[in-house]
Amino acid sequence: MLSRLAENIYWHGRYLERAEGLARLINVNANLNLDLPGKLAPGWDPLVRITGHSELFSELYGESRSERQVVKFLMSDERNGASIKSSLEFARENMRSARDLLPREVWEQMNALYLDASEQFKGNQSKRKQHEWLDQMIHDCQRIAGMLMGTMSQDHAYDFILIGRYLERADMTTRIIDVRADDLLPEELEELPPFESIQWMSVLKSLSAYQMYRRHVRVRVSGPSVLAFLLKDAQFPRSVQFCLLALESRLNALPGEDDQALRHVVQLMRQVNQAPSTRLKDQPLSEFMDDLQIELAEVGRLIGQTWFPSK
Amino acid sequence: MDLSNYSSTGFYDELVTDAGRPRAAARALWKYLKNLDQDELNERKAACEIAALVAGITFRVYFEDTGIDRAMPFDLIPRVIPKKEWDQVSAGLEQRVRALNLFIDDLYNDQRIIKDGVFPAELLKDSENFRKQCKGFSPPLGIWAHICGSDLVRDDRGELLVLEDNLRIPSGVSYMLENRQVMKRVFPELFDDSGIQPVDEYPAQLFDTLASLSPRPLENPNVVVLTPGAFNSAYFEHAYLAQMMGVELVEGRDLIVDDQDQVFMQTIDGLERVDVIYRRIDDAFLDPEVFRKDSLLGVPGLMRAWRAGNVALANAPGAGVADDKVVYAYVPEIIKYYLDEEPGIANVPTWKCGNPDERAYVLAHLDELVVKPANESGGYGMLIGPHSTQKEQRKFARLIKDDPRNYIAQPTLAISTAPTYVSGRAAPRHVDLRPFILSGLQTHVTTGGLTRVAMKAGSLVVNSSQGGGSKDTWIVDTER
Repeated sequence: MLSRLAENIYWHGRYLERAEGLARLINVNANLNLDLPGKLAPGWDPLVRITGHSELFSELYGESRSERQVVKFLMSDERNGASIKSSLEFARENMRSARDLLPREVWEQMNALYLDASEQFKGNQSKRKQHEWLDQMIHDCQRIAGMLMGTMSQDHAYDFILIGRYLERADMTTRIIDVRADDLLPEELEELPPFESIQWMSVLKSLSAYQMYRRHVRVRVSGPSVLAFLLKDAQFPRSVQFCLLALESRLNALPGEDDQALRHVVQLMRQVNQAPSTRLKDQPLSEFMDDLQIELAEVGRLIGQTWFPSK
Repeated sequence: MDLSNYSSTGFYDELVTDAGRPRAAARALWKYLKNLDQDELNERKAACEIAALVAGITFRVYFEDTGIDRAMPFDLIPRVIPKKEWDQVSAGLEQRVRALNLFIDDLYNDQRIIKDGVFPAELLKDSENFRKQCKGFSPPLGIWAHICGSDLVRDDRGELLVLEDNLRIPSGVSYMLENRQVMKRVFPELFDDSGIQPVDEYPAQLFDTLASLSPRPLENPNVVVLTPGAFNSAYFEHAYLAQMMGVELVEGRDLIVDDQDQVFMQTIDGLERVDVIYRRIDDAFLDPEVFRKDSLLGVPGLMRAWRAGNVALANAPGAGVADDKVVYAYVPEIIKYYLDEEPGIANVPTWKCGNPDERAYVLAHLDELVVKPANESGGYGMLIGPHSTQKEQRKFARLIKDDPRNYIAQPTLAISTAPTYVSGRAAPRHVDLRPFILSGLQTHVTTGGLTRVAMKAGSLVVNSSQGGGSKDTWIVDTER
């Protein structure tokens, strides 16, 4: 398999997952703003920081961060290379050049999703429509994942899609946790027990994790236990640990002597597993999430170096 | 379909005689079409469109910087050629390409044809497609143009003539293959015992031709298709042929040439040696070390590897020297010179103004001829006699006298028509034909080729980028 195609399909996996992650991120923040009383509501500023684009945003929109501006920036602004629109476009373009490796229906579905999004982004949408569409898009992304699972040979091309997907998903989950982590510091916990539970519930729901959490954790929704679930649970497919396990198994299947990326993933798994929820209290949560994001980026760099060497 | 009023006055029609009766090879088809009622016809037409769309027959056109995929119009009435006639044409094409390959090999080496005074040295000097980087080299088997696409037209007497040869990177064969797939799906009953010859061997023949060029004597040499990328207008074909041959479709950035002048492709398993490259990139972009320095599509060092004999390139760089307009005019002489044979398929009559007798004829008949400059950089375009003013004719007379070698002239052709389904009925539309000739250890000519049709009434423009469509082409054996 050509390295270029492997790289294309890896980035397809990443961009499609990024589009889905952004939709979930916007949803969780929207829910928080609805659930919390005015002075505790996070507003929209945190999303800009969490996605790592504060500078670009200020450049494009100045300093005020209204919901409309932030949502536009994250959803449909093509000047933002990491908006949903850009991500879908890159997901499609990367798939286009590698489409012979994939079942035709998957390409058609990707195309349909992209065209639908282009249509969607043309006009100004009401808030309600917007969130409806985000939910719809999440479903479309899930459908593509399902079609791949149901109809594609589990060859190296498939390995690379999954590697891209799970790397991006691990990153996105840390960012979604960050939405909650940003605003309320641990020492304030005691003052705000009723809202604390509501907020973490929002986080769970945005990751479609609420039901699975209730089923498998069986304690009331609280910060430390939700955090432990989203970081360490080995069975829930959007937890960081699950993503790392998936990465480990797919990296193992790839050819070559160089196992740096694999070793880095294994080390990262240990780090995540050993993070006690008490220690998280000592270290600001968002700092820990930033560390994880940096480590995940390093895994991405090692994957590129090993399988997509540039001339 | 109502065919009773079909007529194509003043032109030879591919399916119908002047008396309005179907030609022998088209009789079964004609009868079948006649019996289709309008509902059935609409149904089939829609089925054709869907089948073509599903098959992914798209032609990329550039629209305000964004490439969009557009379906190439496909006409549901096939073009029919009797097998007996095709066998002769096919032999003529083989002969023609054999002579052209000898000619190219000679030009880059001894230039005997120039020394013997058959081909003027000046013409070579002016040639845009002569690559000095190829001098003194002869590729394996002495073959330069492994894949040739020649454009044929039929004149008013019903004779098929060669209009031009494409020896660089001819395209269109994927449409030939896909058109047949669509026809078989939509009109299966037509193929029952009708003597229509199959076209599907092409990808296997192409692979065998390419594999026969491998510098390493392997059972399965590593053949790849080299494409400029997804934004090229023929990308669909590149991907299609790679898939049909079961080989990798690579871009320049996938390949590297090492310090031993060997070519490798970058795979997830590491570097993999490449033996044969079916390149669909122009000479100029092939190797920035040798040709255009700013080329991002090519592979630095590819020419080194080719000249070292470590990789085969099809077609060979420099093969285009033989599809210049002026070389075309000399093809009958070229065939005679190298093979000592008469051409099996004729050129469109062409007068070379460099020759005094022919020049005199051209100057006396400017009002009825098409005059073309051999070297197009002259900037004066061409003269279309019947549509020209006296002033233009005087201008061209002067141009020809000043630089006679740079001009050729041809008659204005009455190109044949074929019934084409247009707004609910069959109407005559002009067609040409592009067969493909493969030259390796063995030679193959496609069974028929790609028939292109000008969809506008009276138009002679068949190019797909300008609204031309295509038809399935049937070679029918009527003597079984």
